[in-house]
Amino acid sequence: MDTAYLIETIIKVVVILLIFSALAGIGTYFERKILAFMQRRLGPMNVGPYGLLQVAADGVKLFTKEDIIPTNVVAPIFKIAPVITAATAFMAAAAIPFFPEFTIFGYTVHPIVADINIGILYILGMMAVGLYGPMLGGMASANKFSLLSAARTAAVFISYEVVSGLAILAPIMMVGSLSLVDFNNYQIGGISHWIVWSQPVAFILFWISAFAETGRTPFHLIANDHEIIDGFGTEYSGMRWGLFFIGEYANMFFISFVIPLIFLGGFGDGSFLGAIGLLAKVAFFFFFFLWTRAAWPDVRPDQLMWLCWKVLMPIAVINVVITGFVMMF
Amino acid sequence: MFEAVAFYLFAFLTITMFIITVTTSQALYALTALAAGMIFISAFFFILGADFLGAIQIIVYTGAVMALYAFGMMFFDTTRSVKEKQGNKFIITGLSTLAAVLVVLIVGAPMVSNNIVALYPTIDGMGNVQNVGLILFTKYLVPFELAAVMLLVAMVAGIVLAGKKMDRSITLTNDAELEIEKNKKVLS
Repeated sequence: MDTAYLIETIIKVVVILLIFSALAGIGTYFERKILAFMQRRLGPMNVGPYGLLQVAADGVKLFTKEDIIPTNVVAPIFKIAPVITAATAFMAAAAIPFFPEFTIFGYTVHPIVADINIGILYILGMMAVGLYGPMLGGMASANKFSLLSAARTAAVFISYEVVSGLAILAPIMMVGSLSLVDFNNYQIGGISHWIVWSQPVAFILFWISAFAETGRTPFHLIANDHEIIDGFGTEYSGMRWGLFFIGEYANMFFISFVIPLIFLGGFGDGSFLGAIGLLAKVAFFFFFFLWTRAAWPDVRPDQLMWLCWKVLMPIAVINVVITGFVMMF
Repeated sequence: MFEAVAFYLFAFLTITMFIITVTTSQALYALTALAAGMIFISAFFFILGADFLGAIQIIVYTGAVMALYAFGMMFFDTTRSVKEKQGNKFIITGLSTLAAVLVVLIVGAPMVSNNIVALYPTIDGMGNVQNVGLILFTKYLVPFELAAVMLLVAMVAGIVLAGKKMDRSITLTNDAELEIEKNKKVLS
């Protein structure tokens, strides 16, 4: 293991950490603005031009707020829970190729931290571990609403993971690899080669399960503000609550990278235009997360389980079987 | 060097986690340490180059321990410690030490005598997934299929046990009784 590789990896890790922590903050600004415009409001306007510095103000508030550990909570678990959510979100990013490889000062950079040959499995696994954050936070705080939220987390977890795994299986069978770089290279021939045309069902299913995975609005039952206060976050304050937030938004960005990479051609042939295209796709999927929040109501936990186990899972299995038959003959 | 550092780090972490799992009387600590230990084990697969098994370890055990958490939530107040019934400590310690020594002997004996050969060596130029698939669908096809059948049986049993009105068979009751029941439902 030579030194250049080591330094390169460390730089990549730091860059990804900084960019996506900042993006998580800016993501909240986008969310407020987009929700505001859809509800015919202005959103944040007072801090800075068009309220742009609201992010900084929120950051200062979160960092300087007192970190309260209430009595009766299981303190070590309570403290570590937000760290799990944030850390696993960024660990999942290790196997995502954010850009095509490019050359800078005669040195070729691969913008992926570790090109392991089981990338997509690793990403799904790490994102699944991320749900331990809300779960542990909910169970450790001595609060009824937090406990309800923890129970809902377990329900969400056992429902969505089957669907996302089975949905992703059909594209994996076609590509014959689990690395996201291979997925991208499979679709290198342009729009007509995108996997979404041959696997539309898997695309929709994976998209739906992405909503459950990140806990966004149609499946926002883990921290449903109007039913169970803030769920697992009820007892948290300051930066520990902020870590939950960063984890959630980083997860949204990362899943917005994964969906185009698998189904919509990723960064294409690796040209500059392809890289911009990938960013545009990511922006669309991130926008869609916010759009659904403004447009759709929430479902109940039992409705989510019904949907995942009785509707989506059979469809996913049938999709896998059909893909297998088509590939065999 | 990195392999050695990673191995000792994760060996220490794994053993610590499982010690916590066994010794603590707090259900939440035990479950969390169990989950952490199971996930740390995957590091050994990654160090040995078996990426696929490592990722599978993470995915399978996060799900499995999550189910345990659900049970923990139902049976205990997880913010209090559980009062445990302490049996004879000497018997427990002795038996577990004996079991640990036996496992080490069983695994270590072939290595010490250099009697260990890979029956199906990995094929160069093939990925992890392909190697696992090859061995699973040739040499170990029968155990694999047996496991699949057993899982299916367990799933059917689970559905029958948990589902409503699964204990009576509609095919065995005659039509007249069914008709009466239907009318009852309509009336009530």
